[in-house]
Amino acid sequence: MTSRRDFLRSAGGIAAGIVLESVTTATATAQSSIAPGAISPPILTRRAQASIAAMNEAIRKVVGTARVNRGKVTLELPALVDNGNGVSLAVRVDSPMTQADYVKAIHVFSEKNPLPEVVSFHLGPRAGRASVATRIRLADTQTVTAICEMSDGSFWSGSADAVVTLPACIEES
Amino acid sequence: MARALINLPATARRGEIIEIKALAAHAMETGFRRTQYGTLIPRDIITRFVCTYNGVEIFSADLHPAISANPYLAFTTLAAESGTIACKWTGDNGYSVTESATITVA
Repeated sequence: MTSRRDFLRSAGGIAAGIVLESVTTATATAQSSIAPGAISPPILTRRAQASIAAMNEAIRKVVGTARVNRGKVTLELPALVDNGNGVSLAVRVDSPMTQADYVKAIHVFSEKNPLPEVVSFHLGPRAGRASVATRIRLADTQTVTAICEMSDGSFWSGSADAVVTLPACIEES
Repeated sequence: MARALINLPATARRGEIIEIKALAAHAMETGFRRTQYGTLIPRDIITRFVCTYNGVEIFSADLHPAISANPYLAFTTLAAESGTIACKWTGDNGYSVTESATITVA
């Protein structure tokens, strides 16, 4: 005599078989309905992304063989970014900004955007204060690094982390 | 229609540090986005910003696709003499916009 459990098990098996079969049929139909060359090439699912190595290479391009010291540079980013398309970024450098000692340039780099370069600011002693601000795009949760070039040729760096919940460059237009 | 804005104090004391804020209306198309048909949208960005104070360059910036649409830049300068502060944005596809403001230094 068939128990309730056996009955359910066999019924389940049959049902699964039916589902499998219908899926196979559906796939076959879908494939046959696509005429060759009728659709454009598939959209790449892998997003272009710089790596930490690419960022270091970009930093090397700016810095050359000079040593990069940590400190003097304060990078301000919101800790939690709701929308990666417009992230406030402020960089301040601890410098007297006199004719003898000033900030020549500030370069900002990203480790996970499609390109490692973000922006380069060129300042001089007439800036009065080494403080700049802009709005940037962030493609992912990452650390943003700022490298500052002083008038004496030394380089200083500072970084900030941002958690990005809605990354830039994902939406289609 | 290209539009740009700059904001700075109309008057300042000599030697005072003033903040200049510059904003340009531009989509800053990154060149990494695709249409719904999978074709790549070509890059169209502002690549360079230069600010001059009575003809002398005081600040410049190289912009990359990682800068948000309608690029905003804020920076400082010492109020040296009365005159004109002019900003120029240049970019892809021949984009070029100039905007200037006058400042009176007492």
